[in-house]
Parts: sequence; C-alpha cells; structure tokens
Amino acid sequence: MSIRERLSGNEAAATAMKQINPDVVAAFPITPSTEIPQYFSTFVANGTVDTEFVAVESEHSAMSACIGAEAAGSRAMTATSANGLSLMWEMIYIASSLRLPIVLSLVNRAVSGPLNIHCDHSDAMGVRDAGWIMLFSENNQEAYDNTLMAHRIAEHENVRLPLMVCQDGFITSHAIENIELEEDEKVKEFVGEYHPEHYLLNEKEPIAVGPLDLQAYLFEHKVQQADAMKAAKQVILDVAKDFEKMTGRKYGLFEEYKLEDAEIAIVCMNSTAGTTKYVVDELRNKGIKAGLLKLRVFRPFPVDEISEALSHLKAVAILDKSDSLNAAGGALFEDVTSSLYVTKKYVPAVNYVYGIGGRDTKAEDIENVYKDLLEIAKSGKVENPYRYFGLRKEGE
Amino acid sequence: MDNLIEIRWHGRGGQGAKTASLLLADAAFNTGKYIQGFPEYGPERMGAPITAYNRISSTPITIHSNIYEPDYVVVVDDTLLESVDVTSGLKETGAIIINTTKSTDYLKSVLKGYNGDIYTIDARKISEEALGKYFPNTPMLAAIVKVSGIMSDEALLEDMQGSFKHKFAKKPEVIEGNMKALEMALKEVKKI
Repeated sequence: MSIRERLSGNEAAATAMKQINPDVVAAFPITPSTEIPQYFSTFVANGTVDTEFVAVESEHSAMSACIGAEAAGSRAMTATSANGLSLMWEMIYIASSLRLPIVLSLVNRAVSGPLNIHCDHSDAMGVRDAGWIMLFSENNQEAYDNTLMAHRIAEHENVRLPLMVCQDGFITSHAIENIELEEDEKVKEFVGEYHPEHYLLNEKEPIAVGPLDLQAYLFEHKVQQADAMKAAKQVILDVAKDFEKMTGRKYGLFEEYKLEDAEIAIVCMNSTAGTTKYVVDELRNKGIKAGLLKLRVFRPFPVDEISEALSHLKAVAILDKSDSLNAAGGALFEDVTSSLYVTKKYVPAVNYVYGIGGRDTKAEDIENVYKDLLEIAKSGKVENPYRYFGLRKEGE
Repeated sequence: MDNLIEIRWHGRGGQGAKTASLLLADAAFNTGKYIQGFPEYGPERMGAPITAYNRISSTPITIHSNIYEPDYVVVVDDTLLESVDVTSGLKETGAIIINTTKSTDYLKSVLKGYNGDIYTIDARKISEEALGKYFPNTPMLAAIVKVSGIMSDEALLEDMQGSFKHKFAKKPEVIEGNMKALEMALKEVKKI
C-alpha cells in the first residue's frame, strides 16, 4: 500500500534518497536544492541511513567525490542547482565518459548572471550534450518516482550512464503537495543492490579509470557513450513497467494528455505541464481540441516517438524555459522540430521562451498560446516561430 | 479540481505567514483534501512584505502558478494595507480577513471599494493574552478556517493539537498557549 503524505519537492527527493540509502552522498548547498542535502544529512546523523556523507567545499568537489566513489564501486548521489551545476561542469563530462551511473537531483534554477535564484531550465540546458540521462518531473510525486527509478536505469549493463532528475526550483521544490510514498522495504527491493562489473577496489581485477585517450580510441569511446544513450530508451521503459507493477503509477518517455484527438498541442516540461493540463481541461469544456505532450525523458531524446505523437496535429507550440540566445530558438524547440524533419513529418511549429528567472507562468499565458495555435492551425502559417510570453509590455 | 479554494496570505517576514500557510495545508491534508502550500520567495528579510498561497481541493491539483484570483485573502499585518494591493483579483464572493484594530471606515477606504465580506480579528491581543508574545500566525490560521469553512472548529483544534505536539516537541510549554490562541480566534473573528 502506498503511503499518503504531503511533502515539498525537495522533501520528496530527500525521502527517495533515504529509501535508496546510497553508499555515498557528496554535496554542497545551493538554493533552491539546499534542503535536499540538509534533510539527507539529518538522516545520516540520526542513523536512518548508513551513507557516507561528504560535506565538500564546492560542487566541483561534490561531483569529483561522487566520481571517486562510483569508480571505487559504490553507489553515489548528489544534488545541486544552477551555478552549482556550472561549477561541476568539468566533472559532469568526466562522470559520463567514465560510464559512472551517478544520480543527481537537479533543482532547476537560472544560471547567473545577473544573479537570480529562481526557476528556469538554463542549468539543465547547459549540460544537455554532456552524456547524462535527463528526466524531468512535473511535481513532487514525479521527482520522487523518477529518483526511485534512477539507479535501475543508470546502472543497467546496457546503459552505465549518470542520470539527473530535474524539478522546478521553488515552484515544486518548495511547494507542499500531496504525494504517494512507497514502503521502505519495497523500495529497497525495487532498487536492488549495486554490483558493478568493473571497479577500482576489485583486487582481482586491477584497472585504470580515466587514463589518456587520444586519437586512437577516444572517438570509439564516444560512440560507445552514444550507443549507451540510445540503449537507455528501452531500459527506461522496462524499468517504468516494473515501477508500475509496484506502484500503479505509469510512466513512459513522455505523457500524452488529451493528445490523441487533439488538433493543437503544447510540448513542455516540468511544472508548466501541470498548469497546461488545467488549461487543456478548460479549453476542452469549450469544445477546443487542445492537448499536451509533457516530456519526461529529455535525454535520450525520443525522436521517433515524439514525431509520431505530434504528427496528426494542425499546429504545435514548444515551450522552452531557457533561451538558447542563438537567434534560432530554444533547445526543446530545436529537438522537436528536427525530430519532425528527420522523420519526414510536417506540423506548423512555434517556439515560446518563457518563465525566465522565475517569471510566473499563468494559466492565462498558456491560454494565449493555444489562441495563437488556433490561428496557426487555420492559416497553416507561422510568421515568427521564435517568440516569448510573459514578457513585460512597454511601460509595465 | 472540484471545490477548489484559493487563498493568498500577505504578511511581513518573521510574522509566520508562510508557516501559517503550511499549517493550513497540513490541517486540510489531514481532513483528506488535496493541498498546495507555497510561499512566493523574494529577497526575504525580517519585516519585508511576503506572500504565501494555499490551494485546497477535493480532487488533485495540477496548476502550478501563483494565485491571481483568490477566494480569500489573509492580511497578517495591517501596515501592508496602504502599500500592497491586497484585494487584487480577490473574488467578491469571497472574503478578506485582516489582523487589525483599525476602524471600519479606514478599512473600507484602503480596500478600494472591495464589495466582498471583510472580517477583522485582533490577533495581537489574542496572541499576547494566550502566548504572552506576538505571534499573529496562529490566530490568523484559525480565522481563515472559521471564515472559509474548510473544516470544522473541532477538526482544526484536534489536528493542531497533534501538529503542535510535533512542532514544539522541545518546548511543550507553548502548546497550551497556541491552542488557547486558536480557540479565542475562532470565537473573535468578526465580519464588519
């Protein structure tokens, strides 16, 4: 039986970590993810977990300590946000290239500058090509569930890649909401023990981890990483099936909300998807065939599946909570439109950059996007595909 | 989101408006509701205006924005009335609850013609009498429960007894005072 509780998103992530009881947690505090290591350190102090908690002096060291711990053969976790992830950047690439299945809880926040502590996805988008599996979470429940599934995916023999679970800073990390928790014993059984095939502390098999890798083999090793990322897709689905057996909660690569018979739809990630569901319901009551595709698995990017799910639409809007500042459009927009292109599907598509630096996303903003989509669906034309919503108007 | 009730709290940093919103979420959760409790984080410091929110519903809540058209507004500090647009978007079918001893004429003048119900409560007097200190959040919590009818008086008192036992495990001497503050507030909140 699931346990009915109410927790913030950060409490949910910390609770998942407690139930996973990893060998090592190394973390440095940064808003809005600070509470995760804070709560976790109390579990350590109280003896609720037997994790080695390393209170490091920076995020670069946090990721380095996780790399050392995983290379040695143990299970390691950490949490961070924004500039904390920026400071990890060098080690983020090393973690994935060494094929170390570290799990990171990323509480999304705007990367400086100027200094801002609120939510956007610029931190996650900065590491989108770093070889990490990236799962996004609409609310505290999904942050918890994704964390429980994380090790099974990351440690799978066909994958062996690090994984980050993203949720929106403050919007879900600091909001108390209802949640269904699983019992400790069931989680323990579901997550299982970690038995890496190769590890530094295996005296029977002396190995080197992370040596020089030049023209002769680096290319091949990168292709192996790329292949592992491709393989992760099936593993993510398989683990989700097992998870559904335990909890009854169903997960895929993305969630289709009233999408099947929709004529217009929004693609977005994290908490905005919840607000969009509310708007979709309102529009459906008015007879407007609106739908939503909420992306859960951003890396690996489900090219064929997304294209298939969107192909019947008359117009689609892709919402990016981070601006790529590239004069072309946001990262999610580029990935979705290129998925449509390579699979020879055409749907008029428009990009909205929104919610930067914690600008609140109102139901009204989402309604206006659907209004624009109705126009695009009618005309079949997209005049200016790279747009914003929620910006101050002149004089505001 | 059937029977969705949306509440906005206005207070000043240090007065416990955020805590009150979380306690309200807790209490409503314990009656079987779906809840959200979240503060709007800004550059927080003692005395600065802060906003916190609650959504309470009998079905799951998916919306994740701030609240712009609340059913109820709770003003924990009446010095905010002239600097913050506390009735912004407030539904006229709803109500505003203010911790104040100011006159009806004054309140009507600063509420910019708000036509819904206006309730007042002297949370300072209650808090100082019951607790010996000024913590307005406990009386304001009781006041919003009374006015909104989210739960019965008895359900609130029973639930808060449990919450205070947990929250004040290390200083049990304040539990009785907080319970007294709740009981007084349930009786003393009044419509003007």
